[in-house]
Amino acid sequence: MILTRYQEQLEVLELKRTTAGPVSEPAVLRPQGGGAAVIDMENMDDTSGSSFEDVGELHQRMREEQEVAEEAAAADADGADDFLGVKGLKGQLGRQVADEVWQAGKRQASRAFNLYANIDILRPYFDVEPAQVRCRLLESMIPVRMITFPQKVAGELYGPLMLVFTLVAILLHGMKTSGTVIVEGTLMGTAIGTCFGYWLGVSCFIFFLAYLVNAQITLLQMLSLLGYGLFGHCVVLLVTYNIHFHFLFYGLWLLLGGLSTLRMVAVLLSRTVGQTPRLLLCGSLALLHMSFLLYLHFSYHRILEGQHRVRARTGSGLGQVQH
Amino acid sequence: MASAEEASRPFAGLSDVSISEEIPVEGDIAVPVGPSTRDDEFSTLDEPVKETIVRDLRAVGNKFIHVLYPKRSSALLRDWDLWGPLLLCVTLALLLQGGAADSDDQGGPQFAEVFVIIWFGSIVITLNSKLLGGTISFFQSLCVLGYCIMPLTVALIVCRIVLLSGSGKVSFAVRLGVVTASFGWSTFASTAFLADSHLTNRKALVVYPVFLFYFVIGWMILTFSPGN
Repeated sequence: MILTRYQEQLEVLELKRTTAGPVSEPAVLRPQGGGAAVIDMENMDDTSGSSFEDVGELHQRMREEQEVAEEAAAADADGADDFLGVKGLKGQLGRQVADEVWQAGKRQASRAFNLYANIDILRPYFDVEPAQVRCRLLESMIPVRMITFPQKVAGELYGPLMLVFTLVAILLHGMKTSGTVIVEGTLMGTAIGTCFGYWLGVSCFIFFLAYLVNAQITLLQMLSLLGYGLFGHCVVLLVTYNIHFHFLFYGLWLLLGGLSTLRMVAVLLSRTVGQTPRLLLCGSLALLHMSFLLYLHFSYHRILEGQHRVRARTGSGLGQVQH
Repeated sequence: MASAEEASRPFAGLSDVSISEEIPVEGDIAVPVGPSTRDDEFSTLDEPVKETIVRDLRAVGNKFIHVLYPKRSSALLRDWDLWGPLLLCVTLALLLQGGAADSDDQGGPQFAEVFVIIWFGSIVITLNSKLLGGTISFFQSLCVLGYCIMPLTVALIVCRIVLLSGSGKVSFAVRLGVVTASFGWSTFASTAFLADSHLTNRKALVVYPVFLFYFVIGWMILTFSPGN
């Protein structure tokens, strides 16, 4: 019964169309008897659907056709509910919905791609001059005593990134000159993993602690601060991988390592409120930073002097001394 | 205003021209037939394979020559290709393989390690260069960095030959000298091509990672010792 009513409406519609006079716009959709909506393909050859304007135009035309048809159907139907009108144009509607879903999906994918694959996001963090980098390198060794209001932290990533790579290069040099043998993995992989792991991992950890104690520092600032703090490490390791004196290393560890740690601690102190949070934050940073330098020196570098002395004494049966 | 009038004067006579709608405009437009082989010039599908290979090899060789005598030219940037870098990278990785520091067989860098270092390093330097405001494209930069590894590859070959005669202090000194010279040459060559695309005051920021990159490769070459 529904079908016959629908067919009746379509015939009325068809009649109205044929008696209405010349159609002003090309009829893309001609609802024919039997409930089939056919898209007239001959108008689509030129558009080929590949350009946005054509597809947009097509959609617009389809939408207009649908509106006209719906109005006609609604006007003619006596008490016919919308459900019937919509059902009659099911083919066209289904196709339109599918088209719109495809367009929405494509839009979302291209938006996501533009968001994540766009290196321009990082561009502001690399906007530095050589003089600025030099200044910041030197300042990273000078602790500022004013902790009453927040000290300025540069939010750039060029300096820290280059310092991490420099540390990797120095570490490689140290590992090779001491004949370090890595059992599982490779020298390059270990060096890169250690340095980047420290920089990113400890930054995130301290940032997390700062978040817990409500300190005023962002992740970018923490990355920048810790990165520049590695300058002291680079200098110490460069010197002590080539000049092998215990006391020299300990002196430089305290002096240069201490200075860069103090600077970072002062910055964090100026941005934290409360005795316990300050102690927690600055204590952990100082501990991690100083122990990292100790670790870098002692695990990847055996002092060659010790080895020479050991080789001379091997005949007497003493065990190998490792520093 | 005066210039506009002057500009319109040559066409002033045309403003009176009008075509009435009753006269149909029709006729033939005969376009002189240009070289009909225009399409064929760009299509290299039909040429023999030897020609293609020889042309590509010639382009690669041309770029090698530009690296050997680095002067400010845009040859490397204009027609970039990645054949040269691939060739050099594979050669370097193959020659560096089989080195062993001790009796363990993992003292030397493996093939994959060298490959990853070179390409990852090049990508990082390229990204850094672009983020600092460089005007050359991603692949052009990869091309330049790859081609400028050539002096280091030559140094590696020389080092291997020197190592055949022994690995004493003299040989180490010779190798150190050769590697240092080629490292400086590589850095200088890549600077000649890359730094032009940057503002003068940021050249140092761009050159430093290139320096580090070639330093690491030079370090790998210098510390290479063939296994027994």
